[in-house]
Amino acid sequence: MKMTRAKRSKIIYNIVTFALVIGAFFILQSMIDAKTISRSLKGQLVPICCWIVMAVSLNLVIGISGELSLGHAGFMSVGAYTGAVISGVLVNLYGVQDTTLRLVIAIAAGGVMAGIVGALIGIPVLRLRGDYLAIVTLAFGEIIRNLVNVLYIGTGDGRVYSSILNKKLPEGVTMLVDGAKGAVKIKPISTFMAGFILILITLVVVLNLVNSRAGRAIKATRDNRIAAESMGVNVTKYKMMAFVTAAVLAGMAGALYGLNSSTVVPTQFTFNQSINVLVFVVLGGLGNILGSVISATALTVLPEVLRAFADYRMLVYAVVLILVMIFTNNPTIRAITSRLFAPLKSFFRRAAKYAPAVGGAVKELGGEEEGEEQKHE
Amino acid sequence: MKKLFALLLAAVMLMSVTTVFAEDDVITLKVAHIGPTTGAAALYGLATLHGAEIAVEEINAAGGKYRIELINEDDEHNVEKVINAYNAALDAGAQMILGTTTSKPCEAAGAQGYVDRVFFLTPSASSPAVTEDKDNVFQICFSDPNQGLASAQYIAGHSLGTKIAVIYNNADVYSTGIRDTFVAEAAKLGLEIVSETTFTDETTDFTVQVADAQNKGAEIVFLPMYYTPASLILKTAADKEYHPVFFGVDGMDGILSVEGFDTSLAEGVMLLTPFVATAQDDLTVSFVAKYQAAYNEIPIQFAADAYDGIYILIAAAEKAGITADMSAEEACELMIAAMLELQVSGLTGTMTWDETGAVSKTPMAATIVNGEYVFE
Repeated sequence: MKMTRAKRSKIIYNIVTFALVIGAFFILQSMIDAKTISRSLKGQLVPICCWIVMAVSLNLVIGISGELSLGHAGFMSVGAYTGAVISGVLVNLYGVQDTTLRLVIAIAAGGVMAGIVGALIGIPVLRLRGDYLAIVTLAFGEIIRNLVNVLYIGTGDGRVYSSILNKKLPEGVTMLVDGAKGAVKIKPISTFMAGFILILITLVVVLNLVNSRAGRAIKATRDNRIAAESMGVNVTKYKMMAFVTAAVLAGMAGALYGLNSSTVVPTQFTFNQSINVLVFVVLGGLGNILGSVISATALTVLPEVLRAFADYRMLVYAVVLILVMIFTNNPTIRAITSRLFAPLKSFFRRAAKYAPAVGGAVKELGGEEEGEEQKHE
Repeated sequence: MKKLFALLLAAVMLMSVTTVFAEDDVITLKVAHIGPTTGAAALYGLATLHGAEIAVEEINAAGGKYRIELINEDDEHNVEKVINAYNAALDAGAQMILGTTTSKPCEAAGAQGYVDRVFFLTPSASSPAVTEDKDNVFQICFSDPNQGLASAQYIAGHSLGTKIAVIYNNADVYSTGIRDTFVAEAAKLGLEIVSETTFTDETTDFTVQVADAQNKGAEIVFLPMYYTPASLILKTAADKEYHPVFFGVDGMDGILSVEGFDTSLAEGVMLLTPFVATAQDDLTVSFVAKYQAAYNEIPIQFAADAYDGIYILIAAAEKAGITADMSAEEACELMIAAMLELQVSGLTGTMTWDETGAVSKTPMAATIVNGEYVFE
């Protein structure tokens, strides 16, 4: 049962990640209950949750499996549209008024749809070597955006009507998706609690996957494809696993995002938005899940904090981005910060060593199976 | 000595004017302008902001009962960011909103405002979804369907021709909104749509669209779009020696100030617009002069809408009896009731409103002659 040093640090990393997310949730929730939270921050909570999930899931593709995906916003839009339509259909046709139930079904449906689309793209592309995924996902993002631009869905007379390219729906239909006007008349039902739970699910799924046998296989294909293949690892299968999981999570984030607003438009999910998520991932560190959580939060809040700069806001934002990039990659500064955090790290290390109960609990979360480790060794 | 006396007298008079309302009686309204002041749609957000700023300066200088403190929040023409801008404005103490400038963000923020009970007066968000199912949102500009309707009726009523080509941006709410009602109304009025072609925001080459209209012998080309693509279409048509009547809507306003555009190409273009900067009435002349002095450019229709917007807000606030200590929620119901009884004459015409929040004013068609707008 002796834990290796690497394994201990993994467990510490997972504890810190969960503790940070759960702690932040309780602080914010108590601020909401005490009504001390500003409107501005309260309004950003759900979008922040969505961007965290987006960043973490993209990190799974880019950081863990080493494939470049430039169409992550496309999966988000699939989820957002699916969620909006499902929620609308549930209300209009089945009279489901329970918002929690509707939200759960819509998010699940958004995830499934995005997963299917992700699998369809992944099957041909992930068999290839090289940067094909980047090119194909880039095209996919644009294709999805142009498709929803000419997509019309509505409900009426107890059924769902849909048409593409031309609006050929009968008169008197309640529109759910109206071409360039996007998904319309959505009743916002997303809650901060739902966002928080979605983040937890994402973290459990991603951290589990990363630290599991499959995760090690995924990382092996990233680090050296030929070596992994020669060890009998099915490269396509494991790359697919990472890519489809990321697509499902992005779809779920999209559904939550879509149902947080009264309207969703195709122009929200452009190539730029995919790049935005990519910036979160790169800034947080490739393969660093906690880093993605922090950078997605910081970079979503930052433009709002900078409102005081008025016209120079985006300029200041860009300067801050560049400075952060420089500072986090500076060896001297990294040495200083690691020295600053050293006492904290050794505390956790000792805690994990002397409190097997805590270690055990975390192990469950981290998905470290003792036996499995042995098998690989 | 005489001069000094006159100066003194003038000063005294000025004092007496400004002290008609003692400081206690002056009510300072906090109005938030929300619009895209950065990003791709910044042209429109800045225009509404500048228009509003000129009106606010005039009102605060005139020293009436009401003063305005203008708060500005940038929404980047983004449905997510607009909610942040709206919340930031309310955090800053805004009592009512002048905005938002563009349609989709206004739809999202207006829906949130409907739940929170916050009054919105949008200068330029013209999609019908902006006011639909929301009693708290009022428009100053025509709604898109009304523009499509009015354009078709104008073309049929003035017998400009019966063979029509429509070129529109199918990725744009404004463009598709006008096109939808135009096509429906044209069918009713016996106008024949011979060619219908589309483009998107990224399109820079209109050869296909113009050639289609030309080959099918369209006498009128209807252009429901903003002036930037319209200027390219006019250029393409001129290169092909194709000279139909080009008919635009209010987004066409500004075509004469496109940099590097040969304005002679716009000769004979007709457009439906509530405001032209070259009109000779006192209000327009003074507004355009002040705007040019302050921002060194000719105001577009968006600026005029926002300028009117501030005066409409003041008129409604006066009728509703809004005070400085009222919250946005308290002010909302009173403002809604006041708007329905209001009639305001401004740069963009004489306006009244009904429960739907849509404005009623008379559309005017202008023709470009010798590089200037001429009304009938």
